Amino acid sequence: MNIGVCAKISPHADARIKIKSDGSGVDTKGEKLVVGDYDEYAVEEAIRTKEAHKGAVTAFTVGATSDEKLVRSGALALGVDKAVLISDDAAVNAGPLGTAKLLAAAIKEAGCEIVFTGKAATDDGNSQVSAMIAELLGWAQVSQVTKFAIEGTSFTATRAMDAGVLQIVSGSLPVVITCEDGLNDPRYPKLPDIMKAKRKPLSKIGAGDLGLADVAATSSESNFAPPPPRPASRIIEGDAASAAQELVRLLREEAKVI
Amino acid sequence: MFQLTEDQVDLAEAVAGFCRETLAPTVEADDEHQVFRPELFRAMGEQGFLGVPTPEEHGGLGLGYFEYCVVLEEIAKVSASYAVTVAVNGLPQVILGQFGTEEQKAEWLPKLAAGEALGAFALSEPESGSDAGAMKTTAERRGDTYVLNGTKFWITHGGVADIYICMARTGGPGPKGVSAFILPGDATGLSFGKKENKMGLRASPTVELVLDDVVIPAANRIGEEGFGFNVAMAALDSGRITIAASGVGLSQAALDYAGVYATERKQFKKPIIDFQGVSFMLADMACKIESSRLLVHKAAWLRDQGLPYANIAAMAKCVATDTAMSVTTDAVQVLGGYGYTKEHPVERYMRDAKVMQIVEGTNQIQRLVIGRHLKRGWMR
Repeated sequence: MNIGVCAKISPHADARIKIKSDGSGVDTKGEKLVVGDYDEYAVEEAIRTKEAHKGAVTAFTVGATSDEKLVRSGALALGVDKAVLISDDAAVNAGPLGTAKLLAAAIKEAGCEIVFTGKAATDDGNSQVSAMIAELLGWAQVSQVTKFAIEGTSFTATRAMDAGVLQIVSGSLPVVITCEDGLNDPRYPKLPDIMKAKRKPLSKIGAGDLGLADVAATSSESNFAPPPPRPASRIIEGDAASAAQELVRLLREEAKVI
Repeated sequence: MFQLTEDQVDLAEAVAGFCRETLAPTVEADDEHQVFRPELFRAMGEQGFLGVPTPEEHGGLGLGYFEYCVVLEEIAKVSASYAVTVAVNGLPQVILGQFGTEEQKAEWLPKLAAGEALGAFALSEPESGSDAGAMKTTAERRGDTYVLNGTKFWITHGGVADIYICMARTGGPGPKGVSAFILPGDATGLSFGKKENKMGLRASPTVELVLDDVVIPAANRIGEEGFGFNVAMAALDSGRITIAASGVGLSQAALDYAGVYATERKQFKKPIIDFQGVSFMLADMACKIESSRLLVHKAAWLRDQGLPYANIAAMAKCVATDTAMSVTTDAVQVLGGYGYTKEHPVERYMRDAKVMQIVEGTNQIQRLVIGRHLKRGWMR
């Protein structure tokens, strides 16, 4: 099976987010970058699918040239076989639709039959690209998947919906699966695989190599601002019974949440 | 040498991730109840932690002692017991790699490196600790076999190991009468005495070995007869680097814990780290750790370059484990009364640190080694 996985390099969940001084975006300089949290589930599911059904996994990343190291440590070291890093200026400045066009073209060229992505990137959290890839390729898409299986050319995916409702979706390949927390337990790289990952094939290409001329963002982002500082906490004094009464009063009268 | 390469950072992060998720949840209870988990050892083997410096053709990673130290430091940050497990399991590998026959290497190295066999090292005896050359265990040649009799003490992995490198006397008194043997864990006549109830390293079993007419093939001898003491000393020279690296990890964990605590704990309306008495203590701890790590890395680097390293390895072991004792003690002090309870890990760090000044040659023996090296350099 020819399996694809999209992995975006994003700041680590523990990163202290700094905003550029002109408010035009997030400053990731000096921050620890990794394959995004949800994309980690996608990488793991892609590898498990390969282990169950044979074949090979290709990782696709749109990002900076310097993302190579992170694609190697966050995807190739775990068992992904090869990677395509789309990293020219056009790619770096592509918006969600442009990114989806680039990824769809690369996925098509690689001949994948199934593609896993995270349900959202951990940085901008747009959740746009996966659906756009499916649309551009004319494939089915199942989002927020928490359980997944393939049999022959059919798949069954369980989606976690609101209020604990589960939806089971089945269909035929090709499909784009977006991965939700809980789908699997991502593995740690084994030390020998970290060494081998340095030698696995990774091709760096640009928009032109995919025959795409215009992938520039159709919208622009401006005026990033940090959230307002949290007001100081209040400690309610007194014995449990009176403190509980006071807490209920505050929740009702001041916070107006009950 | 002063900065880890990208590859070494990747190794450290992979080890740290595994230890945080898989090892850390077991540490507190296993310390309390003295539990060793073979399944964790095997998992470490699967992750590639167990044969870092063992050549690739024998199932290892084929990296250097430098990388081995990086790995051990990360494991020791979470569990000194399992850092020692990795270090002790490494001893048969370094011994067989250096002195074993091709058959011995082929039989044991891949299993030890993969975690399919647990290795151990049996040198000490009830009356022969620092004076290892005074051992009484005998190995008597009978045809194509040796018959071993005696008692070995303080054996890490005793009772659970698949292979012990066992030193026994084949000749006259003193170090020159000692030979080294591969002793399989299931050998007939091998039994196990009491499991020590230790102050620290409680997830690492320490057990007495009783050898009562244990018959092993003569092909299990490592090197020539009378060469055993050289084998043991070479293993200890390497082993000292690994214990030193574990000491650095333990120290770093203690400093990080105490540092975060001192930043959050308030007394007199400010974080205690803002009192010079505490911040200078933390600064001194950091200075000692940094210098220990440099010494450990130098010892590992010398070994990797094929240069003489025994002297620096002894210094590294001395400095890094004396540092571990002092830093972990200070970490308890920074936490005050809280540090003295099992609510926080620093008291465990302190108990674990103590043994590091004792194993792989006491720190007094290290000073003896260093003194002899110095004297040799000054003799005309």
